[in-house]
Amino acid sequence: MAVELKMPALSPTMEEGTLAKWLKQEGDLVQPGDIIAEIETDKATMEFEAIDEGTLGKILVEEGTENVAVGTVIAMLVGEGEEADDVPTPAAAAQANSTSDPAPGEGKDVGRDEPGGISAPEKPQSQPKSDPTIPEGTSFTSTSVREALRDGMAEEMRRDDRVFVMGEEVAEYQGAYKVTQGLLDEFGPKRVIDTPITEYGFAGIGTGAAMGGLRPIVEFMTFNFAMQAIDHIINSAAKTNYMSGGQMRCPVVFRGPNGAASRVGAQHSQNYGPWYASVPGLVVIAPYDAADAKGLMKAAIRSEDPVVFLENELVYGRSFDVPDLDDHVLPIGKARIMREGSDVTIVSYSIGVGLSLEAADELAGQGIDAEVIDLRTLRPLDTQTILDSLAKTNRLVIAEEGWPVCSIASEVIAVCMEQGFDHLDAPVLRVCNEDVPLPYAANLEKLALIDTPRIVEAVKKVCYKD
Amino acid sequence: MAQSPKKPAKSKKASSAKSAQSDAEFVLHSLQDAHEKSPRYDASEEEMMQFYEQMLLIRRFEEKAGQLYGLGLIGGFCHLYIGQEAVAIGLQSALDNDRDSVITGYRDHGHMLAYGIDPNVIMAELTGRQAGISKGKGGSMHMFSTEHKFYGGHGIVGAQVSLGGGLALAHKYKDDGGLCLAYFGDGAANQGQVYETFNMASLWQLPIVFVIENNGYAMGTAVKRSSAETEFHRRGTAFRIPGMDVNGMDVLEVRNAAEIAFKHVRENGGPVLIECNTYRYRGHSMSDPAKYRSREEVQEKRDHHDPIEGLKKTLIDGGKSEADLKAIDKAIRARVAEAADFSESSPEPEPQELYTDVLVENY
Repeated sequence: MAVELKMPALSPTMEEGTLAKWLKQEGDLVQPGDIIAEIETDKATMEFEAIDEGTLGKILVEEGTENVAVGTVIAMLVGEGEEADDVPTPAAAAQANSTSDPAPGEGKDVGRDEPGGISAPEKPQSQPKSDPTIPEGTSFTSTSVREALRDGMAEEMRRDDRVFVMGEEVAEYQGAYKVTQGLLDEFGPKRVIDTPITEYGFAGIGTGAAMGGLRPIVEFMTFNFAMQAIDHIINSAAKTNYMSGGQMRCPVVFRGPNGAASRVGAQHSQNYGPWYASVPGLVVIAPYDAADAKGLMKAAIRSEDPVVFLENELVYGRSFDVPDLDDHVLPIGKARIMREGSDVTIVSYSIGVGLSLEAADELAGQGIDAEVIDLRTLRPLDTQTILDSLAKTNRLVIAEEGWPVCSIASEVIAVCMEQGFDHLDAPVLRVCNEDVPLPYAANLEKLALIDTPRIVEAVKKVCYKD
Repeated sequence: MAQSPKKPAKSKKASSAKSAQSDAEFVLHSLQDAHEKSPRYDASEEEMMQFYEQMLLIRRFEEKAGQLYGLGLIGGFCHLYIGQEAVAIGLQSALDNDRDSVITGYRDHGHMLAYGIDPNVIMAELTGRQAGISKGKGGSMHMFSTEHKFYGGHGIVGAQVSLGGGLALAHKYKDDGGLCLAYFGDGAANQGQVYETFNMASLWQLPIVFVIENNGYAMGTAVKRSSAETEFHRRGTAFRIPGMDVNGMDVLEVRNAAEIAFKHVRENGGPVLIECNTYRYRGHSMSDPAKYRSREEVQEKRDHHDPIEGLKKTLIDGGKSEADLKAIDKAIRARVAEAADFSESSPEPEPQELYTDVLVENY
């Protein structure tokens, strides 16, 4: 079968070029790999190699011709047993039958839409589910956040053999922050795996194990160290389902303490919430109290999607009431109104929720009734709960233990501007950490971090009470 | 002990009693010794014909992909496997497809074809169409087939090695008897996570075969310009992973190495590192003018080391006729033309696909 030789492109953007030189002439025998011609653009020269074996038939574009469009047939390659003259040139073939393709698979490209013919489709919206109601008469047990997280993991490990925990010091040491305490004893070393200090490697192994059908919980001793592994969290875990057209799931939970601890300096004190929450393909959870920590940990482990689960070291030891239920699972993507109020909304998450509740108490004494919302999930963000509250209070402050620039606070402000503008009686304010690496000195650290007085001050400002 | 010419025998240093004792159980060289004893797999004619056909399919498919790229039908990056065919075929033909898994980097078309995955859906992915194996949302570097236990198709150099470690962990955890074959290049071999994975794979005795496809160049950088140790099969030594040094231009030698390595892994011997010395004829990607090497160097490989021509010679020496092999080539050309035709005439993804598969669940 004769083969059409077409003007090749040097790059995806090249549209035309110069056929500088023919290195083979009509009638020459051509072997795969032989250079047939030289093509030039203003940027580069390319040697045009033969792919097929044959005899160079008719040359259709003379050497020295400029502005030859990519895809133009420049010559015919004649196969064994064919004569050059017997082979129809493309023009003749087109005349003979204008509707049929003389050489299938030669770049006729009929499956693509015409440029300009596509309009952007509407983005599907989903409604977050509400928390399940806790049955009347349910008892509660005061539990630390640390224990609640462990209980959530243990319950899911009992329920599903595929769930296992891996990370530094999770097994024999019982967890650097004792979150995995007791798991090795109950589940053994197969399911509670101590790793070497090698975050990039074990984050990849955890992600690969999820691709291979398991349900890994990958603990980072702190999320500061997960920066060594962020490539797997984003490029491997978050994007694979999309890139595979929905074929390959990655149900992994990356968890560990996040945000500032106490006097550990800049490299160990950072909130990664906004980093991960900016990535489509990830679920990002950052609970505050023990009941949410447990209920959302269980939901994270059951999720078919990769989850980044951000805990807080300073909150681990705080105790809260947790309902005594066999299976306390909370919906991902649903914010929680921690305190109802009518004058102003304070939006927060993680450790900031505690500060916001304190601020609300103090404000109540000053005659300001604040509503406090715990986002709980940072991605997908429950914008409806924020907007409903804003519609009620008309004033909003975001309290975030993290840097102010490109933060969750920035995102919530954008949501209020875009979708809640008509409800705003005052500009939305953010209360964040100072925009500096976290200092070590006790006095400077205190100055750098968000605190209750700053939230109170911002709330009074939006209420025009200062 | 047979030594290949490029590896001079090294004199063993006198070692202390302690290390001598631990070395007694250290099988670092035993797999290579077994391989060198009889380096070519004793294939039946039927097997050889199958290897020939599969390698030729990869060659013709990639040539066609190169053509379609040149015509603007394939966008972005497109890394061709031409010249390296014996590696994927030699190794994957030895797998147990019911339980073993494979993962590789972005030069992945050949590994998929080696599985017998329909060339139509691979080519349609390259052209970004709905019928593509990733619905047109992955492209050349991001293709997967969970049905075949082929886990990609990964665009970040070296990432597939630790992901492969995870697949191996899953095999061991589920106790399904499978192993993971994790391919990477001489360029990826310098990434830190490769050694993090070597360490854990050996520590935990994971069922994994690491395969370095050493094609001589990491994009435009020759191995000797990037690597302090260019004998990549030695790179597992510090982790007590046995290495094998294999001629990756001969499918029967690769298959032989695969038999030895897979047996070792299946007998709970832990990971193996195979270096397949191979060569890519084309540039790193389609937009690479390949000015970092001479045309003579490429031509020498094509003329004297081509894996397809090499097997053809073995087949003809064994009594096959030129005409039989020509008929195969003709059928494959027709098959590839059909795939190209399919990939051009399939529609692009529906605009609504923009928003599907971001997350699996609704929240």
